[in-house]
Amino acid sequence: MSAEMSSPTTAVEAAAAAAADPASAEAVQVARDLTFVEPRVGVAKPDAVLVVDGVQRRFGGMTAVDVDHLEVQRGAITALIGPNGAGKTTLFNLLTGFDTPNQGSWTFDGRSLAGRSGAAVARAGMVRTFQLTKALSRLTVLQNMLLATPRHPGERLGLSWLPFLWRAREREATEKALEILARFKLDAKKDDFAGALSGGQRKLLEMARALMTDPTVIMLDEPMAGVNPALVQSLLGHVQALRDEGMTVVFVEHDMHAVRHISDWVVVMAEGRIVAEGPPGTVMQDQAVVDAYLGAHHDTDLGDDALLDPAVLARLEAEATGRQSAPETDHQEEQR
Amino acid sequence: MEWSRILTQVLGELVAPTTAAYALAAIGLNLHFGYTGLLNMGQAGFMLLGAYGFAIASMHGASVVVALLVAIACGAVFAAVLGIPTLKLRGDYLAIVTISAAEIIRMVGRSTMFDDWTGGSSGLRGDQYTAGFQALSPLPDGRTTIGPLTYLNNGFDSWWLRLVAWGVVALAVVFVLLVTRSPWGRVLKGIREDEDAVRALGKNVFAYKMQALVLGGVMGALAGVLYTLPRSVQPDGMGRSMTFFVWTVLLLGGAATLFGPVLGSMLFFALYMLLRAGMRVALPDGFVSATQIEQIGGMLVGVTLMALVIFRPQGILGNRKELAFDVR
Ligand SMILES: Nc1ncnc2c1ncn2[C@@H]1O[C@H](COP(=O)(O)OP(=O)(O)OP(=O)(O)O)[C@@H](O)[C@H]1O
Ligand SMILES: [Mg+2]
Repeated sequence: MSAEMSSPTTAVEAAAAAAADPASAEAVQVARDLTFVEPRVGVAKPDAVLVVDGVQRRFGGMTAVDVDHLEVQRGAITALIGPNGAGKTTLFNLLTGFDTPNQGSWTFDGRSLAGRSGAAVARAGMVRTFQLTKALSRLTVLQNMLLATPRHPGERLGLSWLPFLWRAREREATEKALEILARFKLDAKKDDFAGALSGGQRKLLEMARALMTDPTVIMLDEPMAGVNPALVQSLLGHVQALRDEGMTVVFVEHDMHAVRHISDWVVVMAEGRIVAEGPPGTVMQDQAVVDAYLGAHHDTDLGDDALLDPAVLARLEAEATGRQSAPETDHQEEQR
Repeated sequence: MEWSRILTQVLGELVAPTTAAYALAAIGLNLHFGYTGLLNMGQAGFMLLGAYGFAIASMHGASVVVALLVAIACGAVFAAVLGIPTLKLRGDYLAIVTISAAEIIRMVGRSTMFDDWTGGSSGLRGDQYTAGFQALSPLPDGRTTIGPLTYLNNGFDSWWLRLVAWGVVALAVVFVLLVTRSPWGRVLKGIREDEDAVRALGKNVFAYKMQALVLGGVMGALAGVLYTLPRSVQPDGMGRSMTFFVWTVLLLGGAATLFGPVLGSMLFFALYMLLRAGMRVALPDGFVSATQIEQIGGMLVGVTLMALVIFRPQGILGNRKELAFDVR
């Protein structure tokens, strides 16, 4: 557990670490705000930007999501973790208007979003990315970015054929797009078709594209999946930078290292329910979480690097399957 | 001597009003399919409805401008009626609905139900509705010869009609150039690639699809007017095979390209003429009848469409590289 000590495991440590870095005063503030929040499911946050109440989604007889109460702190990085099929993507779909719950309500910035379309939710300031990347293949990387420009007059049919009315906005958007692309190391690719990018580059493009909309809340579904380790490091830096600019980040991730490294708060889902929430260090030692992930009673900490050892994993898996056969997840349908 | 006559006929096809009409219909279909990814399998329905709108309005005393507005309104309303229930569903549903709606228009038109308006299955004679259009011609009476082509200045199959028809096509090309190079066109292309991604960026996908459907449908309706100006309104001549001809024209020239529909239409009709006239000359007398030549021609169009989709789906002007990304 010695490697653990260097990375912040609790909100207090995070605050301390952040304090050492004067650039992220924002991070200190967030961490301080969350320090005194009790790590308990459904706990109220000091400044919640997103509040979910009694949201349920059933597919046939199976309940994919059943969240009683969840609050997301403004300006914080919240990680949503849980085993495959826990309902994380479905919850994202529900909150962003890409799916309709059987019941429940949720508010964003104090306004109810229930029943609003995906486009309306995005315009309100909550923008999401997809687990199965959606690059627009036959558009160039730059066109992908420009497409995300909010309130572009040239996107109205009536004005579209009068370029002089929107050229200034287009130039402005191009500048911003190039700046974001440079941050994601995609600027050299700006004139390539997005379909010619690698899987990891598409992930980056999708995230960069979402940022073009100037969101209040950005919801990332497995942003690091398929991105090489060196780039993950810089991606984590970008996500922290977004938080430091005042953006709220909610992300789903299976990479525990990434979760532990950057999140201010972790929410754990299993079988549709939220089983735990709290600062990363606390949550990963939570018994309910370990059970949800490993299917057996262990005193292992999920953040433990020992879990990266294949031999240990194989042993855990053997124990788990011995106890009960792990539920199969249908991966084809999950993205609707 | 025979072959030079055929060559003249082929050249004539390049500038024929029918070629212009198909080019315009394919430009509309290009907005649907090429840029937005909408599968409209009933472009002939838009054309027939536009033709009826123009002809019936003219026959009941409307001026040419009003009759054209009626044709445009017919195309727009038809698009809206088809789009409202289907554009929220997956793409294939629009295809099914358009193909059957086009058939319904044709069936209703040829039935005895509205005989007084549509003329039933015998349709509407050209001289019943083209007088207003021909009266607008500023050209002096007589004939004009340009190169090997000689036509009357005014009248049914005239230079005046060719001028107007290609003028409309030119306007449509400029319009499509402007809107598809704009951010609006970018949104359409985004929708073609993945509409959920575009939705996630805050765009009202339904509204954009509807705008594209209506615009392309209106072009189809106007194409129907151009198509019927040199002949008559014949519901049975504007059925499914017309839709497939328009698709062949579009795919031949290249979907999602600016000049694809125009080039495709010219090439299609020139080749079609060459084929039929060539068969007449080359094959010995009594070997095939005139009707058989038409049938063989139609068959070859079907084979061409299949071959195009299989071997060169990007058409003549399309970019193979772009198409390579379709396999995801
Ligand atoms: N459209 C659908 N129809 C039927 N069942 C669905 C559908 N979408 C999701 N499910 C089911 O809901 C459950 C939750 O799926 P979801 O995609 O939300 O999981 P997840 O937590 O995102 O998993 P992963 O980590 O593998 O992405 C799964 O059991 C899945 O089979
Ligand atoms: Mg998922």
